[in-house]
Amino acid sequence: MVAEHERSLEVVDIPINMGPQHPSTHGVFRMVLMVDGEKCVDVIPHIGYMHRGGEKLMEAMDFRQGIGYCDRTEYLAQFSAELAYVMAVERLMDVQVPERAEYIRVILTELNRLSSHFMFMGAFGIDSGVFGTSFTYAFPQREYLQELFEEVSGDRLMYAYFRVGGLAWEVTDNFVQRCHEVLKHTQQGIRDIDELLTKNEIFIGRCQGIGAFTAEQAIANGLSGPMLRASGVPWDLRKDEPYSVYDRFNFEIPVGNYGDVYDRYLVRLEEMRQSVSIVEQALEQLPAEGPIVAEKLPRRLRTPPGEVYAKVESPRGEWGVYLVSKGGDKPYRLKMRSPSFCNLSALREMCLNQFLADAVMILGSMDIVLCCVDR
Amino acid sequence: MIGIMRSMALVMKVALTRKPVTIQYPEVHREIPNRDRAFPILIWDEEHDEPFCTGCHACERACPVECMTVVMKDNPKHAAGESKRRKIIDEFWIDYARCMRCNICVEVCNFEAIGMNNTWAGHELSRYDRKDLVMDVEMLLSQSKDGKVDPGLRA
Repeated sequence: MVAEHERSLEVVDIPINMGPQHPSTHGVFRMVLMVDGEKCVDVIPHIGYMHRGGEKLMEAMDFRQGIGYCDRTEYLAQFSAELAYVMAVERLMDVQVPERAEYIRVILTELNRLSSHFMFMGAFGIDSGVFGTSFTYAFPQREYLQELFEEVSGDRLMYAYFRVGGLAWEVTDNFVQRCHEVLKHTQQGIRDIDELLTKNEIFIGRCQGIGAFTAEQAIANGLSGPMLRASGVPWDLRKDEPYSVYDRFNFEIPVGNYGDVYDRYLVRLEEMRQSVSIVEQALEQLPAEGPIVAEKLPRRLRTPPGEVYAKVESPRGEWGVYLVSKGGDKPYRLKMRSPSFCNLSALREMCLNQFLADAVMILGSMDIVLCCVDR
Repeated sequence: MIGIMRSMALVMKVALTRKPVTIQYPEVHREIPNRDRAFPILIWDEEHDEPFCTGCHACERACPVECMTVVMKDNPKHAAGESKRRKIIDEFWIDYARCMRCNICVEVCNFEAIGMNNTWAGHELSRYDRKDLVMDVEMLLSQSKDGKVDPGLRA
């Protein structure tokens, strides 16, 4: 009798909707998880809620006006996005950037990487169930960095500070001293996060062994940045294809062993220490005097016809700008290769046969920026 | 277990030794840096008692979001021989709701006539209607006229 009753039950996968307004999706991202009991059997991501057509908008703007849109696309690593854009235009125009400007760019970009990773540490702690604690430790330190950016560029988030051929204006007089002050706070923050999370058994139990990706899988899925390095591939554009003045610094590329969520956290933590070291070296080598804008730049920038792809290592991975110009002062076509979008494409494969609750952790470990996914 | 104990020890240590970094915002205002970019304002020429702006449309053309409208007129003071400016602004509107605060208008200005507001008055602009955020020439000049603002960033 009982056996007959059981036989008549139908087993179906249940779709569970998550997002678009869910605190763990880090923005307006919606995914439909097909669950069989507690396990995910399929993930259907829905993106595009933040689509503003930024690339198309930038085609209608000249090379100075477009910089503001780079900030708004990648709002946690604005300097990286700006750097890729101005580098693309500089390569097309064959502009030589003064050394001092290059150093300041590197310093600010690395500090920006620190602030972005602080954001990750805070948000990842919340995903993993540490609730507000990691956030309250990471955010004050991020605030010190943002105060520095505000002093230099004038804005807390939308810096619009890099220009084609250099920088918009000179840094403040006490810039070097302020950087050292801020770095002290930053190192304190890294120690705090390290002590709070790295050896915490609950955190390890929540992170270890989930969403693991082998190096082959990571490469096949086109991952980049800390996601790729956590899987054991030591690929970092700052080292492998040095741009700007990155070839003058000594730093290491942290690599993970298992490619799971915990490794991605560890890689980012170590990357923060390396960034601090890069900034310290750059501050030492920074020329005290010198121009900050390339000489003989026309008032209205015009590029020769051609196409160029410039890429930088943003905190999330390879941020690239593909620029086609048919001459004139505006890009004919502009495409931004955003690491968040490419990393997100691996979400389905990572979530398969993982627990429903772990899908949140996997998504959190990607450190996506939805503006950068949808553009 | 040791890891959890260490985490809790850190939390105790921080709770006892560090002061909060937050401030009670509406009552207490953070000091904002000199270069702060709030929203563009027009600057008043004390010497000639008229705005610096000649209405040359440079900022209007360079604006990425097209938030500005400039109307130029002949300067009556030039006819009277009191000023060297032939032309002067008649009307100037900036839609603060559209402005993306990129500082390009300040960079392109040849007369240092426009600057970024670096006071709290430039940030606290909440309005009930977005039409109220379209600023006219009096509103744009008033803060500089009263000597309340000295923009840190100029062309």
